[in-house]
Amino acid sequence: MIRIDHGRIIDPANNIDRVGSVYIADDKIISVIEEPDNFKPHTVINASGQIICPGFIDLSTRLRDMGHSRKATFKSEVLAAAAAGVTTLCLQPDTVPVVDTPAVAELVKELAEKAGYPQIYAIGALTQKLDGTELSSMLSLKQAGCVAVGNANQPIKNLLILRRAMEYAASHDLLLMFRANDVWLGNNGCAHEGVFATRYGLPSIPEAAETIALAQCLELAELTGCRVHFGQLSCKRSVIKIHQAKKYGLMVSADVAIHQLHLTENDIAPFDSAYHVLPPLRTEADKQYLRQGLADGTLNSICSDHQPHDLDAKLGAFPETEPGMSALETLLPLMLKLVKQHAITLEQGIACLSTNPARVLRLNSGALTPGFPADVCIFDPELDWQVNSQNWKSQGVNTPFWGQTLKGRVTHTLQAGKVIYQL
Amino acid sequence: MTNNLQLNAEGKLKHFLSIEGLSKSLLIEILDTAESFASMSEQQVKKVPLLRGKTIVNLFFENSTRTRTTFELAATRLSADVINMNIATSATSKGESLLDTIRNLEAMFVDMFVVRHALSGAAHFIAQQTAPHISVINAGDGQHAHPTQAMLDMFTIRQLKPDFSSLRVAIIGDILHSRVARSEIQALNTLGAAEVRVIAPKTLLPAHVESLGVSVSHNLTAGLKDIDVVMMLRLQKERMSSALLPSESEYFKCFGLTEEKLKIAKPDAIVMHPGPINRGVEIDSKVANGPQSVILKQVSNGIAVRMAIMAMAMQTAPGKSPVTGAVQ
Repeated sequence: MIRIDHGRIIDPANNIDRVGSVYIADDKIISVIEEPDNFKPHTVINASGQIICPGFIDLSTRLRDMGHSRKATFKSEVLAAAAAGVTTLCLQPDTVPVVDTPAVAELVKELAEKAGYPQIYAIGALTQKLDGTELSSMLSLKQAGCVAVGNANQPIKNLLILRRAMEYAASHDLLLMFRANDVWLGNNGCAHEGVFATRYGLPSIPEAAETIALAQCLELAELTGCRVHFGQLSCKRSVIKIHQAKKYGLMVSADVAIHQLHLTENDIAPFDSAYHVLPPLRTEADKQYLRQGLADGTLNSICSDHQPHDLDAKLGAFPETEPGMSALETLLPLMLKLVKQHAITLEQGIACLSTNPARVLRLNSGALTPGFPADVCIFDPELDWQVNSQNWKSQGVNTPFWGQTLKGRVTHTLQAGKVIYQL
Repeated sequence: MTNNLQLNAEGKLKHFLSIEGLSKSLLIEILDTAESFASMSEQQVKKVPLLRGKTIVNLFFENSTRTRTTFELAATRLSADVINMNIATSATSKGESLLDTIRNLEAMFVDMFVVRHALSGAAHFIAQQTAPHISVINAGDGQHAHPTQAMLDMFTIRQLKPDFSSLRVAIIGDILHSRVARSEIQALNTLGAAEVRVIAPKTLLPAHVESLGVSVSHNLTAGLKDIDVVMMLRLQKERMSSALLPSESEYFKCFGLTEEKLKIAKPDAIVMHPGPINRGVEIDSKVANGPQSVILKQVSNGIAVRMAIMAMAMQTAPGKSPVTGAVQ
């Protein structure tokens, strides 16, 4: 039994924001604020001056391993996740081999158990080998533990195949996690089609590469009745489209990667590959709209879009470097920065990292509800820390925030009642 | 950021990667220094010992004849030892990374890399990664910059039309893919040209092209009015296969420079082209060979301008005084 004492408890799902204690027995929350009878804790965590909230649920990560262990391993990345207060991870299916069979889904579970962090959920591949032509065995994937299906960044060959895939997913009540990206319009670009790419002569990606793919998928969502979650949206017009679709009554939701809420094309130091991400960093107006979308609930989740890389992957001329940031550990401080800048409230920020992604995945977690798994994050919102090799856990050091001092740090992380991180 | 990388602690040229971030006075210093080398080319003995004992590597990851040859001649006339490396057919085809190639050459005690690469930012990357005593000259990176070409064009323009502030310059053709265009625009704007106008179909213009400091026209006939300098760009054949243009003949009809169209520009307008020329695609042979063409002058000026930039980057430039008594 564990008691977490005297922290400010913020639990958006249950509308709680007050100072008190959280009571845990075995792997479950048993009570919040009210002390249960005969509660004899073996561990007491003093959380005074800190915030106690549901553990974070990250809708898009890549932990490498499985063919990319030079970049990172489950072992290294679950340490980073634990230090970031993240208790549930969704793994994109573009691993090697691809998560397109139950055997690979089982392998993910096995690696997760071995790493001492069982709550890693694979997103199953929508098509075999992610090649966009033949459907994967989605029902078997679901039975093997996949929480959703998706095609990562890989294109679906044509709209008929996407339609069939969505119909089939809907038949088994599977959620489609969709990355809106028209590869033809993207044209192998590496930067937003805007002032920056024009000045530096970089192959560019227009917003339309995202918005057109998004619009097509929205039409098919209506046609097929498939539940769709749009991941890592990057621009204003995508937010507008999601807003309209929700108003119209479609069962869709959407998230944004944390870096898109802070960085724009103007922040890219010329040819600094740490800023090379897909979708690319866009304009100030896009950033403001994404923030607005979070504030009004159009976008309901924030993800890390964690993509650790080895050094070599980022050493080269900008277009040939691999896209992505190592982003788990900066997730909380960057969310808190949004709060400090009055873009969203603290309660919204926590909901976007826990309650809402749990709803997207229909998980019984993301809340401090008695009977739910004791997934808890305790953090000090005022603690400054520097992003440096001493503090950093991820094997990937590819972050543009390297060397910066950020505010807000996780002090304890509990996963199913087990303390998996302590500062 | 860019200018920090290009200049040393005293604010002198260290690497020459892009026109962006360089001051007008530095550009003029390059032109003045080039002036002092230009006369030398016509002398019997064409060498000065400014870079004697220095080793320069021409690192060409992309094919080039003209640029590589003029860099080689420039280095030789400064008495440097020159190694030509055609990497397009060498190390990288064996799977060696860009960085490994650089590290290996560094280990051979070289003093300068002249780099051409198919990807934007390659020269910046090499300048950031290389040993501190090595200078990097960008001989063209992807669609980003070709600053020595821009400087030799500024030099050529200044010889004929010394007052930049009254100049209206038209750049015609594939601006989207052109590193030359980006560098020319930056150089002309830094030197205070009255107007830089780009003329091309929308498919060959980058998004927000006005943000580069240019006016835009999609019509050659209208666009050439009042122009003092006509800069033509080479049209790559692959633009047809990637659906950017319907055909060479249609392109020539709309944007090819003919004698008749040239008449719309000012009567003393000069015609420039960075080469190699596609005769009958972007320019009529009669214009390319005609009295207003300065295309071959551009090529010969390339040597003096590249000598100036190399000498300045190695901190051995003779300054603004002419090179006298230094001839070997």
